[in-house]
Amino acid sequence: MPSWPEKPTYISSHHSRIDGPQKVTGSAKYPSDVQPDGWLYGMILRSKWAMAKISKINLDPALKIPGIKAAVLAPAVAERQKNGADVTMRYYGDEIAGVAGTSKQACLDALKAIEIEATELPYVVREEDAKEDDAPRVWADTPNLSKPGKRENGDVDKAFTECAAVVEGSFTTPVQIHNPLETHGNTVSWTDEGITCWASTQGITSVREGLSGSLGVPAGQVRVISEFMGGGFGAKFGPGVEGIVAALLSKAAKAPVRLMLTRFDQALAVGNRPSSFQKIKLGAKEDGTLHAFDFENYGTAGIGASGSSEGGGNGVGLRAPYIYKVANTRSKQSGVNVNAGSARAFRAPSCPPSSFGMESIMDELAVKMNLDPVEFRIKNDISTPGWEIRQKEYKLGAEKFGWKEKYKKPGSSPGLVKTGVGCAGSSWGGGGRGTKADAEIHPDGSVEIRCGTQDLGTGTRTFMALIAADVFGLKPEQITIRIGDTQFPPSGGSGGSTTSPSVSPAIFDTCTKALAALQQQTGVADARGANWTDACKKLGVNPLLTHGEWQQGLSSSNTGGVQFAEVEVDTETGFVKVKKVLVVQDGGLILNRLTCESQLNGGVIMGMGYALYEERVMDKNSGVMLNPNFETYKLTGLGDAPEIEIILFDMPERGVIGIGEPATIPTAAAIANAVANALGVRINSLPITPQRVLAALGKDKLSVA
Amino acid sequence: MSESSSKDGFSVSRRSFLKTFGTTAAVAATAQVESVAAELEKANKEKIVGPDAVPITLQVNGKSIQLQVQPRVTLLEAIRNMTPLTGSKEVCDRATCGACSMFVNDKLVYSCSMLAIDAQGKKITTVEGLGEPGKLSKVQEAFVEQDALMCGYCTPGFVMSVTALLRQNPKPTEADVRHACSGNLCRCGTYPRILQAALKAAGVSKTAKTEVISYAELA
Repeated sequence: MPSWPEKPTYISSHHSRIDGPQKVTGSAKYPSDVQPDGWLYGMILRSKWAMAKISKINLDPALKIPGIKAAVLAPAVAERQKNGADVTMRYYGDEIAGVAGTSKQACLDALKAIEIEATELPYVVREEDAKEDDAPRVWADTPNLSKPGKRENGDVDKAFTECAAVVEGSFTTPVQIHNPLETHGNTVSWTDEGITCWASTQGITSVREGLSGSLGVPAGQVRVISEFMGGGFGAKFGPGVEGIVAALLSKAAKAPVRLMLTRFDQALAVGNRPSSFQKIKLGAKEDGTLHAFDFENYGTAGIGASGSSEGGGNGVGLRAPYIYKVANTRSKQSGVNVNAGSARAFRAPSCPPSSFGMESIMDELAVKMNLDPVEFRIKNDISTPGWEIRQKEYKLGAEKFGWKEKYKKPGSSPGLVKTGVGCAGSSWGGGGRGTKADAEIHPDGSVEIRCGTQDLGTGTRTFMALIAADVFGLKPEQITIRIGDTQFPPSGGSGGSTTSPSVSPAIFDTCTKALAALQQQTGVADARGANWTDACKKLGVNPLLTHGEWQQGLSSSNTGGVQFAEVEVDTETGFVKVKKVLVVQDGGLILNRLTCESQLNGGVIMGMGYALYEERVMDKNSGVMLNPNFETYKLTGLGDAPEIEIILFDMPERGVIGIGEPATIPTAAAIANAVANALGVRINSLPITPQRVLAALGKDKLSVA
Repeated sequence: MSESSSKDGFSVSRRSFLKTFGTTAAVAATAQVESVAAELEKANKEKIVGPDAVPITLQVNGKSIQLQVQPRVTLLEAIRNMTPLTGSKEVCDRATCGACSMFVNDKLVYSCSMLAIDAQGKKITTVEGLGEPGKLSKVQEAFVEQDALMCGYCTPGFVMSVTALLRQNPKPTEADVRHACSGNLCRCGTYPRILQAALKAAGVSKTAKTEVISYAELA
């Protein structure tokens, strides 16, 4: 079995990213930046009704707008029209048609010119309304509330009678929008030769499959390029309706079409994290061992929550009882349809809401039993992968954080601005496999590594260069890394924290093989480092090309992480300030410490947004999303960012493990627990807004003295 | 605007009209209002351009660029879509996120919220005008070194904001940096590193508290 170099120069170092200079100067070309000759601007017309039957769509007036070169129906609409079926819009933002023209302004005019006749139908946009029997149905032949998925282990009712303490609580989490800064979209050119698509994507291969399958173009004639992309967080794997529409527009207009969603469109239509409405009952025995757990949950994945998957399809189902071992457990989970955009995978799907509910009730029980929350977790986090690591992380983290000194009885903090602390743990798989990669060594000594992966901003390009540099005894700057093109050897999508564990072994393999071949072909015993140039010269005219692939033994899975949060809560304004977050995380062999730490920071910042700011707001009276922009859908800003301290567990013997998702899982729960610790009352709903804090303190009503 | 006569001989300047109308509105008979409207329309015709595209000249990064744009086109759209300078990003398109930040006459502006025609005759600097790979500005260099970027889509805007701050205040405090970047958003969560980079570029040192613990050596 292969093994990583024992004393690497670059692997596990702090190395700035090799594409950093392009990004800071604006010369990095994203899919939204490319300007192929004659490119047109593309836009999508969306439903302005939460639910409506469309009887007529006339695109002709759009084509008369100066500058407009093509107008097409959205594929689902065209399909239903062709079959003579009703065209039903099921949410505010549902795709109707697309236009392409020489400017954004022409497209805006064209969207207004399209004639539509529609009959508005009853709709429902709020989960609590949608689950009622008499609610308007999102899908006529399916109840909004899915048949619950049920699980039971042991005798839960009897077990509760055996508990020394039992607590109950209801917890809700909002629909969260991905909001990558580069919206979803593509620049597509469809000619007789095939399709070239510059995609803002987490999976160039899945975009190719999507375009090929939907448009009937052989996959070999579809090329997808994504040299840079502006964030995805789980929502950017396929071409999307917008990619298909862009391709159709390109074909019709005989020109490349850049169709990037507007910020508004992005918030409505291309994914989100499902909401949750959790009811939890938890009991422990006298010695603090969890003994009984009863869980009910429903949540929405928009129009796509039902379907065949019982127990809440589309990521609505939560992990229950999360990472803790409870002898007797019962859970009942459903998805509920509402007239709103569908859910998609979102950074650590199902985990942040699971963590928030369970870690909250864990603290409630610890308080009730007068147990230290850290000790209580160490006692009961004893079976989910990564638990042994988490035990050590809790102990070390508590010491570094000063937990014993900082953790006080809930609500005992004096003054108007109260301080509190909280903690929470995480578990994540983060393994990957299957990537292939090529190494090409030229007689002039230059090296090119090619792999059909993509860099979401995690630093994929850079760790590839570090690995190659270590194998060849060169500097990372001497390696040319080529990724983000389906013409390169295939890799997988970048999701599930699988990229580095899938890609890095393939890079190591192809470089190792290339070095061996170079030495064998040239007769140079050790071609590395100082001997490199001379050895390469002996190759003659042709470059040396090797193919490598993922190998067992260089990467693994199952990370453990814990986080501690310290907050200040102003009891007069309800404002929560996160002072500090301590992250203790294992990631096996860390390929690049600098970019790894950046990802951990990012997980905390995003988790903080989930805890305090982010929430899709639907208006029940109009069926529209009220906050599809950045003024009213709040993201964490630099001014809000807390001090983040990171402790990385160095475990090179485990190989490479993905780190992007685990870091965002426990943050919201740790912050919520810290707020409850500060106030002595718990805010059971995310986000913890000032309004909710004041309500929990009984200060939300205007009082007249 | 100079005084001019309308067809019925009613003469009024814009200013005196507003004054009159504001103080003695009741006096303004319908005929008079109509004639004023006609007078205004005529006067405005000399100043209003569009709605069709008009030729404009922009001074971008020291170069003169001629474009044909409709008056409703923003500075951001004109530069991103009609020139190869795509470093400034369109993210929120309504002055919330800062990804489109440019210098206009050395003042930091959201280029998504300024019309291209209004930027004529002004000195425009985009992120490309600060430096290039191999010749980075101090701020750009600090961003790379401190890893103050991930996906990189917000990065040009933050580079502009930090550059603007350091021009005004070469020795900022941490609070100054937080305030200066309050008009920028990042979704990857690069903030701690942006803070470090800004301070580093200013020669104020701040290092993140991070450490690596060998698991094997833990008890």
